Amino acid sequence: MQTVFSIAVDALAYGMVLFVISIGLSVTMGLMRVVNLAHGAFAMIGGYIASYAARDMGLGYGFALMIAVFGTILIAIPIERLLYRRIYGAPELTQVLMTIGITFCIIGIANYVFGPTLKTIPLPSGLRGSVDLGFRSIATHRLFAILCGLAVAAALWYAIEKTAFGVKLRAAVDNAAMAAALGVRTEIVYAVSFAVAVGLAALGGVVGAELLPVEPYYALRYMVTFLVVVSVGGAGSIPGALVACLLLGGIDTAGRYLVPEFGEFFFYLAVIAIVCVFPRGLAGRTR
Amino acid sequence: MTMATVNDTLAAARGNRRKLGRDLAGLSVILALAVVGYLLFPDNLALLTRMTAIALLVLSLDLVTGYCGVATLGHAALFGTGAYAAGIAAVHFGITDPLLMLACGIFGGIVAGLLCGMVILRAHGLPQLVLSIALIHLFHEFSNKASSWTGGSDGLAGIAPDPLIGLFAFDLWGRTAYVFGIVLLAVVFTLLRLVVRSPFGMLCRGIKEDPIRIRAMGASPKVTLVKMYMISGAVAGAGGALNAISTQVVGLDSLSFTLSAESLVMLVLGGTGSLFGALTGTIVFMFFEDIVSAANPFHWLTMVGALLIAVVLFAPKGLYGTIAAAAIRWREARR
Repeated sequence: MQTVFSIAVDALAYGMVLFVISIGLSVTMGLMRVVNLAHGAFAMIGGYIASYAARDMGLGYGFALMIAVFGTILIAIPIERLLYRRIYGAPELTQVLMTIGITFCIIGIANYVFGPTLKTIPLPSGLRGSVDLGFRSIATHRLFAILCGLAVAAALWYAIEKTAFGVKLRAAVDNAAMAAALGVRTEIVYAVSFAVAVGLAALGGVVGAELLPVEPYYALRYMVTFLVVVSVGGAGSIPGALVACLLLGGIDTAGRYLVPEFGEFFFYLAVIAIVCVFPRGLAGRTR
Repeated sequence: MTMATVNDTLAAARGNRRKLGRDLAGLSVILALAVVGYLLFPDNLALLTRMTAIALLVLSLDLVTGYCGVATLGHAALFGTGAYAAGIAAVHFGITDPLLMLACGIFGGIVAGLLCGMVILRAHGLPQLVLSIALIHLFHEFSNKASSWTGGSDGLAGIAPDPLIGLFAFDLWGRTAYVFGIVLLAVVFTLLRLVVRSPFGMLCRGIKEDPIRIRAMGASPKVTLVKMYMISGAVAGAGGALNAISTQVVGLDSLSFTLSAESLVMLVLGGTGSLFGALTGTIVFMFFEDIVSAANPFHWLTMVGALLIAVVLFAPKGLYGTIAAAAIRWREARR
């Protein structure tokens, strides 16, 4: 029972962190049809900035979080303008190469600037202890990650389903050319959703730093996981991504707890099985 | 009518002769480069042999990516399986004849190619990419776990190949391995030129352009691509076996995502859809890697990334493709 409960909590926290990071990737991939392998690199940049702000400059956790999100967006804007603009609508192979190139560059630069060591983001005292739920106590930080994930999911659901911007976004996802013809400024929709996606990646990178430690190879190590989430959930679908994150988080965490000697073997096996059974993702639309 | 047919036949004959000429030219360039490499770097034959093995991997990747349009980031699975097949045959079954080890490697590569092809070809686009990445990680984890067979993270050591055809021992300087590798590369290159130009090769190119139309014509894209994957596996397996024979050790890095990504970078650097492009990319990339990572290993990854971005932006056809296009333009301008 103890094991089942701790697996469930860890899986939920891990799945929520995955969700926060990869939902931006899912939306931009559904919207712009760009296979963005550099998404994890933005999460890593967020983690580095937060670590620098909180540990080396001694700022508060919340403040460091804000700096990380906006700093990452600032870094991402010129990259989007100069590099991503050129690969919208290009063949997949081109997109893969360009974004892998960006990832390699970011890893190399991070390695050079911050060194190859693992970076920690000191937690405030409020998140350090554990919360007593009456029958069991769980680490506050896990709870915080889960709440963050839920908040992001709710906010995104509201923004996409209930606001005018959400209507334009959905129109552009469905048919960009037709939406543009009807007067939707698609380039603004693209720019805003790219910025939001990068900001969410940074947020996830900071919140999830306890579960996915920040180090130079972060971008490459978890790139696969984020892509898998999007591909399993179906690009552009929020419920799909949520289900995929919880499912994959559960499989990965259970695998680590129950058969640690096999590492990620079962995770990848499950991924292959799911993608083979649902080639368009769990919530993918037939096109 | 008759005139036209005769003219066509003549043109076809001339075309065939030109293609044959290009084959011979390509072959002689490979052999000339091999001799130049031997004379220039007599102390660094190990690097050149490794380059030959990787060239086989990149050629095999070109078959599926360049000719069939399958985007994969897991092609090292075929190379590594070939390497382990050759290594395991030598260590656990006592098959130490290099040619038999090569055959084992090729067989291992074909089996891995069949397996990967069956899985990867089930999806398209992003899911296909994800499948290929998941596969290479799966292979990696598996060989890490099956350490009684593969040596796990220590690598599979103790491969001691017999002298080649009983005459040429694999010496400390790697001369035999080098010559063996170059001959292997030349043979594979010639065979692949034939495969690529055959009706089967043309069918693959057709599937890359428009799979629905090919199906409407009565051919099965899936079966054709799986066949191509098996051929590709044979080539990659030969490369892996060559690596196992020449270095006498097989490490987990031969089944890594990094090797897969690097081989894709090499292919694109040289130019996809052309065997010459694959070779050019391998040579340029590996020399570049040798020089830069010897000078400063920290900046190596940044350099590769910048190189990739530059190639995508300024030379989307790759080095060989750009030069070839420029040559064609120059020839037509002169005419």
